[in-house]
Amino acid sequence: MIRRLIPFLVFVLLVALFCVGIVWNTRHDASYVPSPLIGKAAPAFDLTALDNPGQRIRKADLLGKPYLLNVFASWCFACGDEHPVLMEYAGKFGVPLIGYDYKDKPADAKAWLAQHGNPYAQVIADASGDTAIDFGVYGAPETFLVDARGVIRYKHIGPLTPDVIAQELGPAIAALGKPPR
Amino acid sequence: MTPELGQFALILALLLAALQCALPVIGAWRDSKPLMATARSLAVGQFVFVAIAFGILTYAFLVQDFSVAYVAQNSNLELPWWYRFPAVWGAHEGSLLLWVLILDLWTLAVAAFGGKLPPRFHARVLGVLGFVAFGFLLFSLATSNPFLRLLPAPGDGADLNPVLQDPGLIMHPPVLYMGYVGFSVAFAFAIAALLGGELQSTWVRWSRPWTNVAWGFLSAGIVAGSWWAYAELGWGGWWFWDPVENASFMPWLVGTALIHAQAVTDKRGGLRAWTLLLSIFAFSLSLLGTFLVRSGVLTSVHSFAADPKRGVFILGFLAVVVGGSLLLYALRAPKVAGGKSFALASRETLILIGNLMLSVSAATVLLGTLYPLIGETLDIGRISVGAPYFGFLFMLLMTPLVLALPFAPLSRWGKADLGTWKRALMRIVALSLAAGVVGWALGARGWLPLLGVTASTYVLTGTVLFVIKRWKEAPRGKRYPLEMTGMLFAHVGVGVFIAGAILTRTLSIEQDVAMRPGDTVHIGAYDFRFDGVGETQGPNWFAQQGTVAVSKDDAPIVTLHPQKRTYPRGQVQTEASIHPGVFRDLYVSLGDPIGGGAWALRVYDKPFVRWIWAGGLLMMLGGFCAAADRRFRVRRDTAQENDVATAAGSRIGVAEQGA
Repeated sequence: MIRRLIPFLVFVLLVALFCVGIVWNTRHDASYVPSPLIGKAAPAFDLTALDNPGQRIRKADLLGKPYLLNVFASWCFACGDEHPVLMEYAGKFGVPLIGYDYKDKPADAKAWLAQHGNPYAQVIADASGDTAIDFGVYGAPETFLVDARGVIRYKHIGPLTPDVIAQELGPAIAALGKPPR
Repeated sequence: MTPELGQFALILALLLAALQCALPVIGAWRDSKPLMATARSLAVGQFVFVAIAFGILTYAFLVQDFSVAYVAQNSNLELPWWYRFPAVWGAHEGSLLLWVLILDLWTLAVAAFGGKLPPRFHARVLGVLGFVAFGFLLFSLATSNPFLRLLPAPGDGADLNPVLQDPGLIMHPPVLYMGYVGFSVAFAFAIAALLGGELQSTWVRWSRPWTNVAWGFLSAGIVAGSWWAYAELGWGGWWFWDPVENASFMPWLVGTALIHAQAVTDKRGGLRAWTLLLSIFAFSLSLLGTFLVRSGVLTSVHSFAADPKRGVFILGFLAVVVGGSLLLYALRAPKVAGGKSFALASRETLILIGNLMLSVSAATVLLGTLYPLIGETLDIGRISVGAPYFGFLFMLLMTPLVLALPFAPLSRWGKADLGTWKRALMRIVALSLAAGVVGWALGARGWLPLLGVTASTYVLTGTVLFVIKRWKEAPRGKRYPLEMTGMLFAHVGVGVFIAGAILTRTLSIEQDVAMRPGDTVHIGAYDFRFDGVGETQGPNWFAQQGTVAVSKDDAPIVTLHPQKRTYPRGQVQTEASIHPGVFRDLYVSLGDPIGGGAWALRVYDKPFVRWIWAGGLLMMLGGFCAAADRRFRVRRDTAQENDVATAAGSRIGVAEQGA
């Protein structure tokens, strides 16, 4: 009888392991693929403005005040989910929201913003997606919080939701005054 | 309105499944014929409603109903109609529905072809299958409803992941699911046997053809997946030990052990408890695979759905099904070792070696797949183990199996004749060494390719020796019954697979080169001349298409056209161009432009790569062939007798427990 119970007992251990795994995942969802960039300087970039291809935007141009960099694209389905949230919160973050149009045709992105509204203070266009590789972007939407000295302080993968903003992004913005961990 | 009908059909199917897992089992317990008789009609009803739901979802894809969120996420206006069918199972919600549909197909087959089984046993089997269907339908409706609507409906959808837009995807998931969902039948037979307290092991014979067919499908599904990865992912590899691949490979390993253990139980009455346990394990690993893939508990390139709610649900279901059956096993499995005894040198021992190695391999793969999770839990940080871990341990574990393989058919049950072993061993070793020498002469240099040639010949000559032995010894007309023919096909498949896997690994020449138009690169015996890149177009993509002329000794062989396709949502997908051959594949995939007119190209010469899949397909053929044997057709008279015997037996059992 005891010997016959061994497979069952091993299985119980396995289930316990999975339970811990699930709990771990829910708690660590945001840093699920931890970005090695957090606490480090944002990569240098030299791109153009979406509405004015002649205007260059470099990393240096944005230094001096913190900002949120939101990676989106008109082809990205989840960005459509995120968009109303950005429209609602854009003025409430306390830091400017800058759009990062990722692997997109400028005309598509402009039409998309015209249709759904534009929450961004400024939109940077990265049509080739090359610079996004430096940021470690592997999908849209993603959001980076960059401080006044150009250091990435927080990163969120996937759509921002009111929950994420209240529990993670908000506190991260509030902590900007303190030195990075 | 139509999508709501689909959801309604799913709800009805859920209710029927609930009845299907309750009524027949109660009927079998109370010995009530009317209650047991409900099993078949409930199974048919459940199938009909799931099929309606599946049909409605397919229709939503065909007419591009983007008000259905799942359709909007996985299809768009430009998707050609032939890819709208596989798009149905291109993501989580739909593939779950496919899972249930295939489970219901199996249930339907058991309901239809199991008519001659003892009614109580048949009712219990259908009841267990009903329970599994119930769990998955509930999962679908509660966490992964494919019929959810979007308001307002978008004008156009996202896209089916371009990696999945390949003819391989039309075949791969349904065939794979036929396999690992098919193990639910062997599982249901085992649980029914435990529930009914079967004293004899006749049920194992009834279960064998089902296990063999499921195993055949699983082999074919894994082959299709491997081939698809080779052609579509552009790396030229055929197996990556990715968690999703492992999820299908673990049930295959245990399933392989199971078909052999079943043969021992069927013919000699031994290993009864082990066969029960393996039946439970094979299906548990299928469920576990579904859990690992669908819960996002492990990160993998393939895991699309990382939703904790889903993970919790499947884990709960897994705990109930697997935990419940293992507990049932502990309580009800036969206490006394039965069957005829056997000597150390016997076919039973050799099969046991194989069983042991296959089970340990499955455990090793499981451990490797779970490593990252264990690491997190113990807080050692994220560790993951890669192909070297799996490859090395797997080869190590398979060595005793391969060594034992040719001798098992040549040995007798109970006690093998050592003289026969000695003679066979001498012949096999002599022929394998000869093959090694021939391989050397043909250009297989290095100890690994020679090992591949000799190991493959070892298995093949052993199998051929057995064919000759049967020809000489067995009476005409009874030489090769289908069950045995199936075994022969599968064992030849193993030999062919070994040759393919080892030779491809060791003899392949792979080069990443930068080429300008007009450049020639020399790989193996072949010259690849790059003739530049042009543009071309498909139904929903445009592509940059390279032209590579391949020649050998200035004689042109083929012109290859590798592509880099861009899909409507901007996703880029590499399409390797492959010149297939029995002895080698020539493989070119197009990288990025490097500047100055030069392009990065991957140029591969892959000898014997097709043998890998040919081996897998031979195994599939073996499984199907063996399942068709006349021995496995249930005769009503023996089945009925057995039912009377078990009924009496279980009553005695109850009386004993009462006393």
